[in-house]
Amino acid sequence: MGEVPVKVMDACTGCGVCVDACPFGAIEMVNGKAVINEACRACGQCVEACPVGAIVMSEAEVVDLSGYRGVMVYAEQRGGRVHPVSYELLGKAQELAGQLSEPIYAVIVGNDIGAGAEELVKRGADKVFLYDDPALAEFRDDPYTDLLAQCCRDEKPSIFLIGATSLGRSLGPRVAANLRTGLTADCTYLDIDPETGLLRQTRPAYGGNIMATIITPNGRPQMATVRYKMFPEAAKVDNPKGFMVEKPVDMSNVRDRVKVIDFEEAKEQVSISEADLIVSGGLGMGDPKGFELIGELAATLGAAVGASRPTVDEGWIDYRHQVGLSGRTVRPQVYMACGISGAVQHQAGMKTSDVIIAVNKDPEAPIFKISSLGVVGDLYEVVPRLVEKIKEYRGDA
Amino acid sequence: MSEGLNIVVPIKQVPETTEVQFDEETGRLIREGVAAIINPFDEYAIEEALRIKEKHGGVVKVITMGPPWAADALRDAIAMGADEGWLATDRAFAGADTWATSLTLAKCIERMGAPDLVICGLKTTDGDTGQTGPEMAEHMDIPHVCYVSEITEIGGGRVLLKRNMDEGVETLDAPIPLLVTVGKDINQPRLATLRGRLKAKKSEIKEITNDDLKMDPKEIGLDGSFTRVVKVFEPEAPEAGEIVEGTPDELADAILARLQECKVI
Repeated sequence: MGEVPVKVMDACTGCGVCVDACPFGAIEMVNGKAVINEACRACGQCVEACPVGAIVMSEAEVVDLSGYRGVMVYAEQRGGRVHPVSYELLGKAQELAGQLSEPIYAVIVGNDIGAGAEELVKRGADKVFLYDDPALAEFRDDPYTDLLAQCCRDEKPSIFLIGATSLGRSLGPRVAANLRTGLTADCTYLDIDPETGLLRQTRPAYGGNIMATIITPNGRPQMATVRYKMFPEAAKVDNPKGFMVEKPVDMSNVRDRVKVIDFEEAKEQVSISEADLIVSGGLGMGDPKGFELIGELAATLGAAVGASRPTVDEGWIDYRHQVGLSGRTVRPQVYMACGISGAVQHQAGMKTSDVIIAVNKDPEAPIFKISSLGVVGDLYEVVPRLVEKIKEYRGDA
Repeated sequence: MSEGLNIVVPIKQVPETTEVQFDEETGRLIREGVAAIINPFDEYAIEEALRIKEKHGGVVKVITMGPPWAADALRDAIAMGADEGWLATDRAFAGADTWATSLTLAKCIERMGAPDLVICGLKTTDGDTGQTGPEMAEHMDIPHVCYVSEITEIGGGRVLLKRNMDEGVETLDAPIPLLVTVGKDINQPRLATLRGRLKAKKSEIKEITNDDLKMDPKEIGLDGSFTRVVKVFEPEAPEAGEIVEGTPDELADAILARLQECKVI
């Protein structure tokens, strides 16, 4: 049997403070001493909490990491179009690289991607590494993994950021495992610890009920997938000094086991991710027909239609409309929640909206706690009048 | 494949609810009275494995890594119809992040016999990372496909399947052995039968410790983990603004005024 990573020394007085301090329920009192069990996640809360300093962490091996420099961003693309999350990562990379005085890199893989690479230079990347080959036109996890891992081995960035899109969340873990380094999923906040220079990666867990800050002290690069719509895009810089570096592609040297037979683009491109205005409906509408009213208001406003998870689970509307932790993260100028109580999972997907307007019959609905304007009323009475008033205001009633 | 497919489903035991509450005075998580269940996404993985077995023959083995009581999750899977339950349990595995977890599970799966298919839920409801599946595939050097919404055909050492990407649906042709992760759109998991429950009760759970795996202590548990949790805290909520009540007409006016203020109409 091995050891748990956190040790209780003989000095333990059995006071039980650590049992309450442990967020994972991993400490039990046995015969008047604290015993740490397998549920331990080594978060260190007990070490801090122990009034007699009887709990210690086992020390990890120190690895030489000084050879790693630069903040690298994976520029995701489909059909040559760079995914906007890549520009958001580039903006964040500029900030992090500035604090570290390290260069900003981007890497792009695909076919005929020169224009995308050029845009990354214009937006401030110091070096853009291109793996450009007709055989890379379609995304496949295997060859993309091998090329990104190769790029990291060649360029040794200290940080490597990937968008937490469906593609990035499939590719990121594969690359991290290949490079023997840590990966933090779905980050919503990133900064540099001024004392250690380490990347602090903050992400929601437990369905958004808790936030955790995670570091990668002994692996390089420090890798994170990052949620879309969390940071502003990198703007064009005045005098771009960066340049492109074409990397050789030898397809006989990369794995390529899964074949793409067909790609069927989603018919109904709701694109709530990109909308500036969103009107969302929740279970409080009481009936799937509520989405007809939501749709009417959305059409009047030129807004996209969003939905809470229960309405999707009930089959009232397609998954692509779902806002929240298990759906999309959105950051519109105005988010209007109609009949949505505002579970924390829903909030996780929309609370960074500039203005939140909520309509709900229940004055105690949690959504009101985060709303800029909370409207206590029946949406079936309020929304039709609002539609009329907007039309009147525009003079087209 | 005359003997059918060796299908492995890695599962995890998670708290029944993610509605964890913070004690406002101490700022700690309140965990009392929260039951443990199979990660909901894993039930879809088990169901898909059972359907494949029913069609093509073979054996469905479930594996989890965790404390001894995680065996309950394995018995639940056996009650649904899985054939074997394997439990990787050792204090040395504690504190593992997704890298160390996926490496340990990969070693366990190799020990359980070369798999044809490894089917995972696309993420867990507690950790929420969705990383362990693809990382396992890399450790085993087999291909993986995430977000599989349909396994259309299996034969000739290949699998034809569909996966949901943000922009649309891909149809892929992948070789066996293969790891897939599945979401809630792939099937409707069956409920355990009474007979299944009785069988599960009597089933032997096979334990794997590091005495069996003989992995380098530097590659497992906390020491084998590249990431460290340094802080756990309650998410900050935006400040509540104005709350209005009144007649529907007044309320519609209040919204209109706010939309004008925001310059969106």
